[in-house]
Amino acid sequence: MTQPPTSDARTTPLYDTHVASGATMVEFAGWLMPLRYRSESAEHRAVRDAAGLFDLSHMGEIRVHGPQAADCLDYALVGQLSTLAVGRARYTMIVTEQGGVLDDLIVYRLADDDYLVVANAANTGTVAAALTERAAGFTATITDETADYALLALQGPQSAAILGPLTDVDLSALRPYAAQHGTVAGTAVLLSRTGYTGEDGFEIYLRPGTAAPALWDTLVEAGQPHGLLPAGLAARDTLRLEAGMPLYGNELTAELTPYDAGLGRVVKLDKPGDFVGRAALAARASSGPTQVLVGLVGRGRRVPRKGYPVLRDGVPVGTVTSGAPSPTLGKPIAIAAVKAGTDLSSGAFAVDVRGRAEAVDVVDLPFYRRTS
Amino acid sequence: MSVPAELGYTKEHEWVAINEGIATVGITAFAAEALGDIVYVEPPEVGSTVTAGESCGEIESHKSVSELYSPVDGEVVDVNQAAVDDPELIGSDPYGRGWLFKVELAEEPADLLTPEQYTQLTEGEG
Repeated sequence: MTQPPTSDARTTPLYDTHVASGATMVEFAGWLMPLRYRSESAEHRAVRDAAGLFDLSHMGEIRVHGPQAADCLDYALVGQLSTLAVGRARYTMIVTEQGGVLDDLIVYRLADDDYLVVANAANTGTVAAALTERAAGFTATITDETADYALLALQGPQSAAILGPLTDVDLSALRPYAAQHGTVAGTAVLLSRTGYTGEDGFEIYLRPGTAAPALWDTLVEAGQPHGLLPAGLAARDTLRLEAGMPLYGNELTAELTPYDAGLGRVVKLDKPGDFVGRAALAARASSGPTQVLVGLVGRGRRVPRKGYPVLRDGVPVGTVTSGAPSPTLGKPIAIAAVKAGTDLSSGAFAVDVRGRAEAVDVVDLPFYRRTS
Repeated sequence: MSVPAELGYTKEHEWVAINEGIATVGITAFAAEALGDIVYVEPPEVGSTVTAGESCGEIESHKSVSELYSPVDGEVVDVNQAAVDDPELIGSDPYGRGWLFKVELAEEPADLLTPEQYTQLTEGEG
């Protein structure tokens, strides 16, 4: 079922590695990526119980460099990146003048005048273009360096035990959302304690990406005694869904403000100076969101999926944004957007699954929170 | 991908075994592989009438849901409750313990694919 690369699909430095290990490859955001290697549920459970290794080289790396890099990002993004300490990372967003989310981002401050903005693969071009436009008037240069990078994610409770012997970075001192340069198995990397799975874990940036296949093999071999499995995009999606993390294109779109996704905390209306989207976001902050995101747990086995209507006492009140069978809960789970003001504490909730109402319970997000 | 020689096939990736007027139906190893981990299956009900080429149930995996199509005309006389209870059987043993339902044939099916034709089809899609 492996497809050869089509003329316009990009491949990561690990493409041959994935094909050789029998991965099911799919085109995702213009890249040929591993959907799963064998069983997506086994990969999911490996990340929860031990560790998983992901190729995220399709993600976009955009460098913002120059004396006014910090001011430029304070203007271009909703967060206050000038307050980010060197060696730290932060979750933030870039919005339109109307406040619509163009992408959610992880931004690293590598030096006083040097930031790395990590964008979703499908949005990298949009984000790079918007940053370039917004950098006008600032002494800062924007460079899309995606093609130079490979990105691996090692996720799960065994990650530190697997990585520790292979790196010169003191992992016990590398806190969540911290990043530092170092080596892993002799390869120079930027090592970051971040992820998208709800587990402890690391993201490993390699530039250039040519050393990625050797590093991948080393990590797989070192991880095997700990129960590590290579994991594909299918497991990545169910892991982030259980952890209640939004996915751009599902929970976040250009039609929604951060407030509508319950993520108003990333908008720093009190930062000094203007920023793109400020007026629209200030208005939305005072008027309140148009919708709220809720968790749904299915009582049956049919899965509420993206786009399916959510019913309260038979009346449509919203739409599923993401849904999947949860390997951890053993039940279908979903995130849904329901109209603001919907009474969630009473009423019978259901999802219209292809014409048949399936009973669901409304729960707080996330569905899963790690214990340690 | 395994395509047993003694079975008939459809372009919807079902297999059919006919024995004394009863057709046993399942999905092929190719379909199971494409679906990934199967989490739910809803075969047609016993006693219902199915028509070749028409939807008669659904099968759901982590990433997607697909309709089940009946490869034959007739009345459903049995469903595999073990596969309903444990849909992983469908992926792990698609031609054996993962069978889905049995149909008492109204007439002999005319247009099933041979193993060679089906293999050709999957190579086209693979």
